[in-house]
Amino acid sequence: MELANLSVLLVWGAATALAVALVAFAVDLSRLSGAKVDARDAARDRAKVAVGAGAPVDEPVSPYGPDAGATAPGPVNRKLAGIGMSVTWLAVMLLFVAIVLRGVAAGRTPWANMYEFALVGTFVAVAVFVGVNTRRDVRFLGAFVAGLGVLFLVLAQTRFFVEAMGVQPALQKYWLVIHVGVAIAATGIFTVAFVTSVLQLLRDGRDNGSVLLGSRRWGWLDHTPAPSALESLSFRLNSVAFVLWTFTLIGGAIWAEDAWGRYWGWDPKEVWSFIVWVVYAAYLHARTTRGWSGTRAAWFVVAGYACVLFNFTGVNLIFNGKHSYSGL
Amino acid sequence: MAGRTSREGTYVPEGIADEFTQGEPAQGAPSSDERSGDKQQKPDRPSAPALGLVGTLRWMWRQLTSMRVALMLLMLLAVAAVPGSVLPQRNQDAAGVIEYLADHPTAGEWLDKAGFFDVYSSVWFSAIYILLFVSLVGCILPRSAAHYRALRGRPPRVPSRFNRFPAKASATTDASPEQVADAVAARLRGKISWLPTFRVDRGEEAARGKRPASATVSAERGYLRETGNLVFHLALVGLLVSVATGQLLHYRGQAIVTEGRGFANAVVDYDTFEKGSWFRPESLVPFSMTLDRFESEFASDTVAFAQARDFTAHVTVTEPSGEQRPEQIKVNHPIVVDGAKVYLQGNGFAPDITVRDAEGEVAFAGRVTFIPQDTMYTSRGVVKVPDVSPGLDQIGFVGYFLPTAEVEADGSARSAFPQPVDPLLVLEVYTGDLGLDDGSPQNVYELDTASLTPALDENGDRVKVLARPGETVELPDGLGTLTLGDELPRYVALDLRHDPSLTFVLVFALLALGGLTVSLFTPRRRVWARAYAGQDGATVVEIAGLARGDDAGLQAEVDRALAAVPGEVQQPEAADAPAETSVVTPDSVVEPVETRSEKD
Repeated sequence: MELANLSVLLVWGAATALAVALVAFAVDLSRLSGAKVDARDAARDRAKVAVGAGAPVDEPVSPYGPDAGATAPGPVNRKLAGIGMSVTWLAVMLLFVAIVLRGVAAGRTPWANMYEFALVGTFVAVAVFVGVNTRRDVRFLGAFVAGLGVLFLVLAQTRFFVEAMGVQPALQKYWLVIHVGVAIAATGIFTVAFVTSVLQLLRDGRDNGSVLLGSRRWGWLDHTPAPSALESLSFRLNSVAFVLWTFTLIGGAIWAEDAWGRYWGWDPKEVWSFIVWVVYAAYLHARTTRGWSGTRAAWFVVAGYACVLFNFTGVNLIFNGKHSYSGL
Repeated sequence: MAGRTSREGTYVPEGIADEFTQGEPAQGAPSSDERSGDKQQKPDRPSAPALGLVGTLRWMWRQLTSMRVALMLLMLLAVAAVPGSVLPQRNQDAAGVIEYLADHPTAGEWLDKAGFFDVYSSVWFSAIYILLFVSLVGCILPRSAAHYRALRGRPPRVPSRFNRFPAKASATTDASPEQVADAVAARLRGKISWLPTFRVDRGEEAARGKRPASATVSAERGYLRETGNLVFHLALVGLLVSVATGQLLHYRGQAIVTEGRGFANAVVDYDTFEKGSWFRPESLVPFSMTLDRFESEFASDTVAFAQARDFTAHVTVTEPSGEQRPEQIKVNHPIVVDGAKVYLQGNGFAPDITVRDAEGEVAFAGRVTFIPQDTMYTSRGVVKVPDVSPGLDQIGFVGYFLPTAEVEADGSARSAFPQPVDPLLVLEVYTGDLGLDDGSPQNVYELDTASLTPALDENGDRVKVLARPGETVELPDGLGTLTLGDELPRYVALDLRHDPSLTFVLVFALLALGGLTVSLFTPRRRVWARAYAGQDGATVVEIAGLARGDDAGLQAEVDRALAAVPGEVQQPEAADAPAETSVVTPDSVVEPVETRSEKD
């Protein structure tokens, strides 16, 4: 079988594995909430009464890890989360081999067009997730990272696919490896940070008595870490990704100076990379501004990630610029 | 911490929920008119009537340099950058702008007036980023001064109680309090004497309450965090200044050169030339360059059929001194000649065309540049023949050069491969006044056919003249003949650019990157230790740590410091579980403290 075809097969395999992981993680979350939701609701009701009485609300919230503050009767069985992790590891490995084979088939670095960017970006996002999980329990992110991963892989395979082939002269430079590689890494990390920030917003909404998020259906949110812990995880990931993104801009400028005869020319991709940079810079500033930290800062992450996605899809497919390398 | 109050009040934190600055009395002092740079400070809003001119200006300056306004400006900048990616921009796609204006006459006119086709040099975009940079400078300079003072400061005194700190450890040992404090201080300083990890003060403390006199250590690390932050912001200012200077000093010229020909580095020799307002023509070093040969390579496999693989221009550079040397220019590999970078930006065919008029006189002979319209090099070109024999109509040709011609059944033709496998020239013929004699400038790549008469065949269709290399063909209506040369010379479009600011731009960009990395990843921590003789004669050691914001490594830092304690060390059970009441402290009543330490 040809390497390129084998690569495609492995991508489908990885997508399937992630879909399985998605189901496992989701069931795990719902089981967790089933075990504990009653206790939480009762605590919440008590808190409401306390608020009414003018007493300070001091809800005991475990800062880290769903297990850390478990008040449920007896430990909840997390076997499904374990299965989810194993299958996610499998997906990471399948995707890795698929990317390597793709590179061998094309005879070059396997991230030169939109399809490959999506593959490698998904790989980085999922790898960051399993990597962080070896240091602390972030299995609550699993369902969402796996879900986005499936979405990206299926989109890549059905919408962005192009045959493996060489690249045009403008792309023939080591900067392809560095500039694009770092951009993909940043995108992958931004993805995990985005998921974390969205969870932070949801959890924050539920904790603050949002009507929409207060229902039992959102009970699993009680098993995510406290908003402040999610905030700090998201901040760390975003810091790393922001530095990488800064490097992407600088590396891109150095390359553009050689390839296009100017280091910056407001090409649509450059414009949107700049916008992404500015939005995340605003996020970093918002975190340290009184009245803007916490929930409001998290919205910047959502906005920033929306720009990242648009930079990848919209700019590639709608605008016509010098970065038109999607091959579509 | 009281001793640090005034300094800390001027310190701007990077992280939220920052124990370093919270609760500082200086923050609430409204009379402090020092531009402290403390962006967390909510700007006092003085009531308007009481403000004089100076007061108003000061108020405006405070607003501008506040974090809140900086945040707004950042968001505005992001939004303002968007239209430039949606609408065509003059400096990239002038033709697109003209097309847009033609398609949307009303809206286009208004957009044009508002600068939407030159977004990045428009008044409003410039205003946003200039305000942003003013805000940045107004904030960073006072912060730099504050940081300079902080850099010369000493670590804060040892707090009297350790039990409220997020990371702590304690132990007993048979070594003396002085030995313990010295050992902990040495560990915190680190092994490299000229680059200590912590700035450490070793001190003594008088007896207080039940606690006997103690040997103390106070240590602080992470001054580089603010240093990096300041370097990042100052580097951004440097970057902006460098880019602006480059814009003023640069020049850029484009020249089309065919094989065997050359050009000289002089303003008049360029097809287009743009320059900054501080550009001096003397900065053009008068070298010249000849294109010896141009090579191109295209994929011929089915997957990537006809995709470009390699372009190489072989040139000879002649320096002003007369010295000659061969060079190669490739895409991605410009050459540098006397400070100017020369880029290979385009290529195509410039076939030799000779036109003889009805009287047999050579009316035109020369290479005509055909500009590729697609990836297969279906190339469009124009031949203007004004110099016909007296009494004859001027002739104009518009048409295509096809390197590998593929003629469809309906007579239309296109190129099927970029290399000259089966070259064909297809031209339409026009006669009349080309309008070249009135002196108004014309685009050499366009023929204004409105006032010309096309040559038609008996069916009323436009006649197409077809010529292959080496062929001479008759023109319709007895206009004469056209000869296509045997050779098919290639041309290259060269871009010459000189920007003296490049080095500065790069250096400031890298400085910004370095500063950013340092400021985001340098932990800012304080560690205090106290050692004193306990009731049973053993020395009691207590260590506490405090970090800026959320810091996963803080407890480990404290534990490392504790590990340095010499002698027979006994740690209380479960010493790693913070806020244990079993921890031996003089303050026997320990309330449980919410801890932010993380499990690893």
